[in-house]
Amino acid sequence: MSMKIDLGRVYGPSEDVVVREIEGEIVIVPLVSGIGDLEDELFTLNETGRAIWSRIDGRRPLAAVVRELAGEYNAPDGIIQEDVVGLLQELLDRRMIVDRG
Amino acid sequence: MTGPGKPYVRKVPSGRDGMWASAGPPLARLDIELTERCNNDCVHCSVNLPAGDAAARAREWPAASWKGLLGEAAELGCLVVRLTGGEPLVREDFEEIYLHARRLGMRVMLFTNATLVTERLARLFRDVPPLEAVEVSVYGMAAETYEAVTRAPGSFAAFRRGLGLLGDQGVPFVVKGAVLPSTRREMDELEAWSARITGSPARPSSAMLFDLRSRRDGAKNPLIAGLRIGGDEFVRIARRHGEAAVDEWRDFCARSGGPRGDRLFTCLASGGSASVDPYGRLQYCLGLRHPDTVTDLAAGSLREAVTGFLPRVRAMRSTNPAYLERCGRCFLKGLCEQCPAKSWAEYGTLDTPVEYFCGVAHAQAIAAGLLEPGEKAWAVVDGKERVERVERRRGS
Repeated sequence: MSMKIDLGRVYGPSEDVVVREIEGEIVIVPLVSGIGDLEDELFTLNETGRAIWSRIDGRRPLAAVVRELAGEYNAPDGIIQEDVVGLLQELLDRRMIVDRG
Repeated sequence: MTGPGKPYVRKVPSGRDGMWASAGPPLARLDIELTERCNNDCVHCSVNLPAGDAAARAREWPAASWKGLLGEAAELGCLVVRLTGGEPLVREDFEEIYLHARRLGMRVMLFTNATLVTERLARLFRDVPPLEAVEVSVYGMAAETYEAVTRAPGSFAAFRRGLGLLGDQGVPFVVKGAVLPSTRREMDELEAWSARITGSPARPSSAMLFDLRSRRDGAKNPLIAGLRIGGDEFVRIARRHGEAAVDEWRDFCARSGGPRGDRLFTCLASGGSASVDPYGRLQYCLGLRHPDTVTDLAAGSLREAVTGFLPRVRAMRSTNPAYLERCGRCFLKGLCEQCPAKSWAEYGTLDTPVEYFCGVAHAQAIAAGLLEPGEKAWAVVDGKERVERVERRRGS
């Protein structure tokens, strides 16, 4: 059963992937096996994903990330929260981020 | 938030089409020839030196230099590095270099004969996958035929053992053949075996048009030249599975644009790749060792070489009347293997028409209905019209 994203917890990039920024794209490269469905896949983030990813630093709880994005984009917390939890759940399910407590 | 919402994460499989919104990074792919040494002594090889060649080994860049270069390549956006040779696994520091590339976030294409694959290495590829199928050269389906090519006793058993280790660990690999006198009768067997062991119906590619020695150390060239098949034989082999290959040749000609004119580097129009030899010299491709097209990385950075030196090479033009008269006006550009690297290996120049490849391309064009026997492609005034006319006739 997959773990669920908790806004009170801190998340950071996993050591099982290498995250690179190339030509404005965030490229997530699996380092170990079992990250992708196939063994030759890389991953990129869409525009929403890039905005969120830049704040997933493994130091602050997710709720603080939501508040910061809501302020920056002048959008309701609920809308932002949906995107943040959506992305992080996808990344957690793929072992691209880890729960840092 | 201004983004489009789900899906937030996009998978980019091998091939990478459409990955970049821009033209792509300055260096998308780096080919590294880790060594010219090889534990096989293949009759057709254009590179190999003996595995124990101490002089070559002493000149090779150490792992620390390769790691520094890989770091520079990563800063230039390089996502794919090809490790080749020679046989790259003869280097005792292969694992260190491989892991460094992967930890920098690069996919690794490995070209190997698989004879030196160990259980430890196969497990490493399982745990830290290269993200590209390992490409294994196969020189025969039995010890007798295989070792007639490799001239290394015991190499067939070593190759089968290495391939078995990759298979046991679930490491994806593809096999590639070579059409040589000893292997020509084994092509069907190779294809059936490849489908069985890789689980893919895709037919393995087979090298047929062998290059001469790119170092121009010519003692072996008569042997290599003697192994080459002619154009008619090339066409016959290509037609083994029907006319798809011949149809593809016509498509190449239709899509390849106009003749070269005085341009030399038609295969490198978009840039984005570079090669480095075992001694730290950068060149466009591994076969192109003409001194005017090689720069020593000890004298400057990879960035300078990629953004300054290589564009100057790419801009080089031919002044050779024979090239301008023939290659410069030829509409078979999409078929012919003529390029500065082939010209260099054959004649020591960048722009001499290579008679062997010219002959093969003409045989292909005759098979595709684009030329009459005896006709010269460069004498066709309007190649585009010729291709369109043939395609119209076929369509009707």
